[in-house]
Amino acid sequence: MTAATASQTIGPYWHLIEDKSWADLTRFGAEGERIVLTGTVIDGDGAPFVDGCIEIWQADPPASDSFPAFGRSVIDRYGNYHLITVKPGPVPGRGNAQQAPHIAINVMGRGLMHHLVTRAYFGGEALNATDPLLTSIEEPSRRATLIARNDAPGVWRLDIRLQGGNETVFLDI
Amino acid sequence: MSDPIPYRPYAPDTQPSLDSPDYLGTRRRHPLRPPHKLPHTVTETTGPAFSPALFPPTADMTIIDGRRALGERIIVAGRITDEDGRPVPHTMVEIWQANATGRYHHPADQHDAPLDPNFFGAGRVFTDADGRYKVVTIRPGAYPWPNHKNAWRPNHIHFSFFGPAFATRLVTQMYFPGDPLLAFDPIYNAVPDLAARERLVSVFDLDITQPDYALGYRFDVVLRGRGATPMEH
Repeated sequence: MTAATASQTIGPYWHLIEDKSWADLTRFGAEGERIVLTGTVIDGDGAPFVDGCIEIWQADPPASDSFPAFGRSVIDRYGNYHLITVKPGPVPGRGNAQQAPHIAINVMGRGLMHHLVTRAYFGGEALNATDPLLTSIEEPSRRATLIARNDAPGVWRLDIRLQGGNETVFLDI
Repeated sequence: MSDPIPYRPYAPDTQPSLDSPDYLGTRRRHPLRPPHKLPHTVTETTGPAFSPALFPPTADMTIIDGRRALGERIIVAGRITDEDGRPVPHTMVEIWQANATGRYHHPADQHDAPLDPNFFGAGRVFTDADGRYKVVTIRPGAYPWPNHKNAWRPNHIHFSFFGPAFATRLVTQMYFPGDPLLAFDPIYNAVPDLAARERLVSVFDLDITQPDYALGYRFDVVLRGRGATPMEH
């Protein structure tokens, strides 16, 4: 067995491959409840995390010709990312468990030697109370770092803190 | 429903530490808490499938509108496999880099070296059924960066791989054999395991080299494997 190749930072110039349309996962005509997922990413000094990007992947709705289920947003100079997607439904967990609706997130950028993985859940979902990941995080304040807030109709906000007080729960996958 | 077969954990010391203090950029950007273990679910074991129809390949980065980029043309080719040696077919590969003078076609790069209007520095290719890919580009130059006194990045090309699952995502950098700057580079040296680090260095390959055209470098890449074949039901 040969171990997986080592990661290296994407560095500050990844914008050379940026295609801004990738931030809109509905651009191929996806059906379903269109939502905005947005937020601010900050570092250990509370400063905007610049020179990075956010990638998302969701298992529901399933990827199709009209829905790539994958997107990428630049993190702008204020630390903000902005994605348009379709609100996911629940998907199976391990065993007989059901997972609450969620979106998988990669955080990448200058100063990150390996992408960070986290998730966005949706505030107010009944299934959050029994979701295997959320319930495995004991401190409510830590759990809350994964739950997006409904800021306005169709707009969900998840701020991401890379380091220090109220640090986001990052996942070992 | 049966549980998805998980991908293997990363082998010890083969991945760089997020806390790599010699690379100053990591100091305020690495989490202080250990990551929370998440057993793989369908979210982690599935991933995006990009089609060349919607994401057109650019396998030759050296020509823009028929005009040729300056610098040493090279061919980079290799095979993408999983940890068990199985090919990763039809997966998208993204590529970006500085030009021959060591300057990125990017407004934030203010290095005093000339831009080349005929080199943008971004490419995209797909692996074939056997996991092989090939891209034609320009050998990138070294450039200074403000990490420490007299800091220079070794020649490198950025590569982004997807593989079959969210869990197989990989972004890395390819280096060139014999580069004296590798010994001083905190990004390259952030990978603890020597063998894993050295696999980031491409290999000069006379079989990839095309006569009267360009030198060839082989850069093989391994994505995480599952170590098992899913049961069919």
